[in-house]
Amino acid sequence: MTAAQLELTGITKQYPGVLANDHIDLAIASGEVHALLGENGAGKSTLVKIIYGVVRADEGEILWNGEPVRITSPSQARSLGIGMVFQHFNLFETLTVAENISLGIDEDHDLKQLTSEIEEISTKYGLPINPHQHVHALSVGERQRVEIIRCLVQDPKVLIMDEPTSVLTPQEVEKLFETLRRLSSEGCSILYISHKLDEIQALCDRATVLRHGKVTATCSPKQETPKSLAEMMIGSELPVCKRIAQKRDSEVRLVVRDLSIPSPDPHGTDLRNINVTVHRGEVLGIAGVAGNGQKEFMAALNGELMDSVTGRIELNGAELSKVGPAERRTKGLAFVPEERLGRGAVPDMSLANNALLTGYLNGMLNNGFIDFDRVRAYATEIRERFDVRSAGIDAEARSLSGGNLQKFIMGREIMMDPQLLVLGHPTWGVDVGAATTIHQEIVDLAAKGTSVVVASEDLDELFEICDSIVVIAEGRLSPVKRTSETNVEEVGLWMSGQFEADEGEVGHAA
Amino acid sequence: MDGSETAINIMVGTIRAGTPLVFAGLGELIAEKAGVLNLGVEGMMLVGAVTGFAVTVLTGNPYLGAVAAIGAGMLMSLIFGGLTQFLLTNQVATGLALTIFGVGLSAFVGLSYIGTPIQGLQPVAIPLLSQIPIVGPLLFNHDLLIYVSFALFAVVSWFMFKTRAGLILRAVGESHDAAHAIGYSVVKIRLLAIVFGGGMAGLAGGYLSLVYTPQWAENMTAGRGWIALALVVFATWRPARVLIGAYLFGGITILSLHVQAAGDAVTNAMSVFPEPIGRWLLVIINSSHLLATLPYLATVVVLALISRDATKIRLNAPASLGRPFHPGA
Repeated sequence: MTAAQLELTGITKQYPGVLANDHIDLAIASGEVHALLGENGAGKSTLVKIIYGVVRADEGEILWNGEPVRITSPSQARSLGIGMVFQHFNLFETLTVAENISLGIDEDHDLKQLTSEIEEISTKYGLPINPHQHVHALSVGERQRVEIIRCLVQDPKVLIMDEPTSVLTPQEVEKLFETLRRLSSEGCSILYISHKLDEIQALCDRATVLRHGKVTATCSPKQETPKSLAEMMIGSELPVCKRIAQKRDSEVRLVVRDLSIPSPDPHGTDLRNINVTVHRGEVLGIAGVAGNGQKEFMAALNGELMDSVTGRIELNGAELSKVGPAERRTKGLAFVPEERLGRGAVPDMSLANNALLTGYLNGMLNNGFIDFDRVRAYATEIRERFDVRSAGIDAEARSLSGGNLQKFIMGREIMMDPQLLVLGHPTWGVDVGAATTIHQEIVDLAAKGTSVVVASEDLDELFEICDSIVVIAEGRLSPVKRTSETNVEEVGLWMSGQFEADEGEVGHAA
Repeated sequence: MDGSETAINIMVGTIRAGTPLVFAGLGELIAEKAGVLNLGVEGMMLVGAVTGFAVTVLTGNPYLGAVAAIGAGMLMSLIFGGLTQFLLTNQVATGLALTIFGVGLSAFVGLSYIGTPIQGLQPVAIPLLSQIPIVGPLLFNHDLLIYVSFALFAVVSWFMFKTRAGLILRAVGESHDAAHAIGYSVVKIRLLAIVFGGGMAGLAGGYLSLVYTPQWAENMTAGRGWIALALVVFATWRPARVLIGAYLFGGITILSLHVQAAGDAVTNAMSVFPEPIGRWLLVIINSSHLLATLPYLATVVVLALISRDATKIRLNAPASLGRPFHPGA
C-alpha cells in the first residue's frame, strides 16, 4: 500500500471534564471509503473537526500525503483538498444554490462560470439541482446535494461526510451511495461518519471504531456482522429487546372511525377514510414511506390537526376529535413527535423546564403556581430512570445528543403513565445503544397495559416491537396484520400502495 | 414665480430634505444586512451634526466639517460595535443607550455654538449638464453631498447584489453560525458594517447642520434617525425602496411647508371636499404640529403598503438580525 492520503497519529483533545480524543490513530488510503464508527459522544465529531481545522488538537500529528501539516482553519483544510459535509447544513436559505456554493470557495471566481461548473458536476455525479433556485425552497435531500457540490467544486482528495443519511429517505440514501462510490472510484477518499451499521457494511472498505475517545478496533466491515460491529461500538454485548409474548387483550382502547382530513400543507397528504382499532397493551406499528400521511395521522391523533376533520377518534369510549391536545392529555394520551427540537422539546429551555411542559399534570402545580422542587425532582427522576446522559437537569435541551434527548422526551411521557402513547419515528437519528433502550421501554410500557401507536420507516424496528402492523400509503390505511402473520416482503409491497383498502377492520377483528 | 419653477423648487427641496435619510437609511441597511440592529442612529446623527458644525466653525471649511461628521459617527458606532460584538451586550438596549448618550453629548458640545452662523456647503453646478432644462436644476445643480448620496445609492446597490463581499455580508446576516462554520469572521464583518452605518449616520447629521439648515440647534435631527430605522424595515431591506421612502419623506415635508405658506388659497381649495373631510383637512393644515407629523405618517403608511409581500420580506430580511453571535457555541 502506498502512503496514506491522510494519516493521523496520536491525536488528543482535552475538553474541560472530558477527554474527547485520546491518542487516536487513523489512516485513510487514496480512494478508500473509510467509516468512522461510534456512539454519540464517542469523539467522532471532535476528530473530524480537528481534521477540518475547526478545532485544534492538543497533541498529535496530521500527515497529508506523508508530509506533516498543521491545519489551522477550514479554508486551509479546503486548500489542501479536504471537504466536509456537516450533519447540520451550513446553508443560507435566502441565497441561491450558486451563491451558497460560491460562499464556500476561497479563491476568486466568476459566478457565471461557477454556475456552469455546478451544472456539470450535477450531471456527472447524479446530483440534480437548479443553481438558480433559492435554498429555502429545497427539500432536505436537495440541500445535502448543495453541500456535497460545494465540496466537489473544489476537487477534494478527502471528503468527510458527518452522518449524511440521518435526514434522507431510503431512496435518497441509495442515490447518495451511488455518488459516493463514483467519487471513490475516481480516487477521492471518503471519511464516512455514522452509527448505522447496515450503511457502513454496504458502503465502506474499512472502519475505525471509537469508544469514549479511543480507537477500540479497526476492521473490514464487509467481513463483520452487524452484531459484531455493534459490540465493538458499545463495548459490550448488544442488549436485545426482550418481548414477553402477550395474550390478546380484548379491551378496546383507541378507535378511529372514518377519519378523513385534507392536509393543511399544500405538499402534504390528505388522509382518506382511516379505520383502525387498538386494544389495551397493544403496540401498533404504522409502516410507510415518509410523506404518505404519517405526519397528518400523528397530528390528528394528538389533536394538533383538528380543522376540517371528519370521522371519530375515541379513547376509552370518549370522543376526542373535537378536543384540543391539552385536554387529550388529561384523558391519558401522550405524544412523542418525530421532531425532537422545537416540537418535542424547546431547544433553549433546560431539561427541567421541558419536563414541566407536559409533566405539569403530575402534580407540579399548586393553585396555579409552579412547584419547582417537584419539577426538579421529576426531571431528575426521568434522567436517572431513563439513563439520559446530560450535564444535569439544567442543561439546555439543544445540548443533548439525539438519542439522549429522545430518551428524555420518551421518559417524560412514559412517567405520565398514559393510556395511549403515540410515537413518531422514535429512533430516528438515534444510535444503537439508545435505540435498544427505547425499544425496551416501549415494550415494557405495553406490557403494563398502555397502548402504543408507533410510526416508523424502519421495518426491522416495527417487526421487533409491534404486535400488529398497518401500512399507510397515499393517505390510506392497509388492513391490520398481526406481526407474526406477515413479513417484511408483504409489508414492503403494501408500502407501494398495493393492498385492498378498507378491509382493515375485518382483518383485525379476527 | 411660474408653475414649473415652483414644481422644480419643490422637487429640489424634496431631494434636499430626503438626503439625510438616504445617508442614514443606507448606512443602517448595510449594518442590518450584516445582522446588526443599531438603534443608535439618532444619537450618531446628532453627534455627527454637532461635530461637523464645530469643525466648520473652527476651520471655516464645511468640507472638513462633513469629513469630521463621518468620523464622529464612526467613533460613536465603534462604542456600539465594541459593546455588542466583543462584550455581547444586547443590541437593542445598547442602541437605545447610544441614542440617549448622543442626544446628551451633542447638546453639551453644541452649547456654545447655538446661534453661531456658518457658511454652509454651496451648490456646485455641473458644467453643461446643469444647463439642460428641468433635468439640469433637478439633478445637476446641487451641493456636493447630494451627488455623494446619489453615488452612495449606486455603490450600495452594486455592493450588495453584485460583489462577493456583499454576498458574504448578506450571508453573515442570514446565518452567522453557518458563515462561521464555513470560515468567515462574523465579528470582523459585522464591525465593518457597524462602522459604515455609523459613518453614514454621522454624515446624515452633518448634512442637516451644514446644508439643510446651516446652524446648530439642540435635537435638530427631530426623529429623522428613527425614521431612517423604520425606512429600512418598511423598505424590506432593499436600497431602492429606502431611496423612495427617503424622498417621499422629503417631498411631504416640503409640500407641507408650501401648504402652510399658501394660506387662504388652501382654505378655499379644501371646500371642494365634502363635509366633514374638508373640515378635518383644514384642522390638520392649520395645525403646524399635525402637519409636521404628515411626512412621518405618510412614509410609513406608503412603504408598509408597497412592501406587503410576505415571501419577499422573508427573502430580504436578515434572519440573524439582532441576535448575538457566540463563536464556538
